[in-house]
Amino acid sequence: MIYWELLSYAAWIIAGLLLLWILADAISVSRQFDEELLVSSREGADEFMEQIQHEEEGK
Amino acid sequence: MSNSTSTSTAGQQQSISMLKVLNPFHVWALGVGIVLVGEFMGWNFSVAKGGAYGALIACWVIGLLYSCVAMIDSEVTSTVAAAGGQYTQAKHIIGPLMAFNVGLYLVMAYTMLEAADALIVGDLMSAVAAATGYEGLNPQPFVVLTIAFLAWLNYRGVFMTLTVNFVITLFAFLAIIALFIGTDPLNPGSVLKHSDLLTELPYGWIGVVASLQFGMWYYLGIEGTCQAAEEVRSAGRAIPLGTIGGILTLLVAATLTWYISTGLMPWQYLGQATTPLYDAASIIGNPSLQVVLFIGTMFAAIASANGCINDAARAWFSMGRDRYMPTWFGAIHPHYRTPFRAIIFLIPIAVSFAFTGLLDQVITFSILSGLLGYTFMSINMIKFRKMWPLDVIKRGYIHPFHPIPALTLLGLCSVVYFATFLGYGASLLSIMAFYIVASVWFVMRRYQFVKRGDQFTMPWPRPKGY
Repeated sequence: MIYWELLSYAAWIIAGLLLLWILADAISVSRQFDEELLVSSREGADEFMEQIQHEEEGK
Repeated sequence: MSNSTSTSTAGQQQSISMLKVLNPFHVWALGVGIVLVGEFMGWNFSVAKGGAYGALIACWVIGLLYSCVAMIDSEVTSTVAAAGGQYTQAKHIIGPLMAFNVGLYLVMAYTMLEAADALIVGDLMSAVAAATGYEGLNPQPFVVLTIAFLAWLNYRGVFMTLTVNFVITLFAFLAIIALFIGTDPLNPGSVLKHSDLLTELPYGWIGVVASLQFGMWYYLGIEGTCQAAEEVRSAGRAIPLGTIGGILTLLVAATLTWYISTGLMPWQYLGQATTPLYDAASIIGNPSLQVVLFIGTMFAAIASANGCINDAARAWFSMGRDRYMPTWFGAIHPHYRTPFRAIIFLIPIAVSFAFTGLLDQVITFSILSGLLGYTFMSINMIKFRKMWPLDVIKRGYIHPFHPIPALTLLGLCSVVYFATFLGYGASLLSIMAFYIVASVWFVMRRYQFVKRGDQFTMPWPRPKGY
């Protein structure tokens, strides 16, 4: 049935577009931002708790 | 907290971290979402080994194993609240080699499960095509689309990813409840024929032991809740609530699944059925229930793959952040705040596993990796309480009856290893060999790059006895 063949092609195309979008965005981000910033995440650095602490200190 | 690049206060140095936006419902959706597909298919292979009663024993014995996992995870993760879950726990409590292995168990277990879930989606599409008169539909485009779409969703942010998981997981769970109601449970014997279908143990007690391996399908992946620890608003509250709520949901879903299926199908058929819950709906003969169960099966597989991408990426990212793997993988997306490179790296690996088409082997590898992880947890828990007793560091949750759950977990893992050896001895030995080779590589080649001091981040006092 032609419907299922079309659906298969559509699945390939949509999957390809999604993967291309991800790759393009990742390359763009890697060019746009400094590598040191991208890998700057530190385990245990609790930004949310810091914010609460700052708010409490501000009161 | 902003939604774009943030500036940390420490030393005026710019840094970005993952967003803390998740609540206990997201944690529940992550854990139950990964697992629930096992209720729709897979658990029933335990019936082939141990008969209907053997499968019930497996359901509850393995339920006990996972209850221990959930309690232990809730306590340790509410304290070690970081992405990487059990990998990070191993790093802080046992040491680098164990952490490397646990990290690898997690990545392999989740990536292979993701591949298996995508294969299920592809096979379901082929089944629908066959039902509408188109035989031999190639499932590959649907497998790739499933992985690509879910990777894209994960790439774009954790909040939407796990909100979607919550909705589709809840639908799949409610589908099981709807099927239970459809069996007219208030009138036993009218639809469900347990008195006719339940038999003696077909292969005796050794069959019951052999069935334990497949009992893991009911719950495999609930430990994945730990990977959300760095992105929940309050790890001390959300992780225990989501994880314990998740295991309770699964115990109910598993028991209902067994009760419905064994009351409608003889054990000889049930033991080799591909989609037992859908078959149950077909036997009842209610077309609406059939549609609900079909959608439930599809949603359960998608939710599982979605959660697996989330968890595998976070485990891989954490290993990159600590230089157990190249630091390039430890990057966070400045807008979406997700471990974007880890997500991308794992896409071709998942697709490759899925294209092998070897669902059985892929799932067996995943289960064995999970089992190795649970064995570590019991040792980890005993060391954790010994090194940092209850009065030394604050915990979000304290599990009761220590060390009984840890020892029970260790004992049950040993029995499941034996059960696995009975059916998949060669797979068990080859996976052990794989992890031994990987460990040798880590010690000889990789550990030199690890910054040893930087990896211990928890503000804990010196451990007792050190």
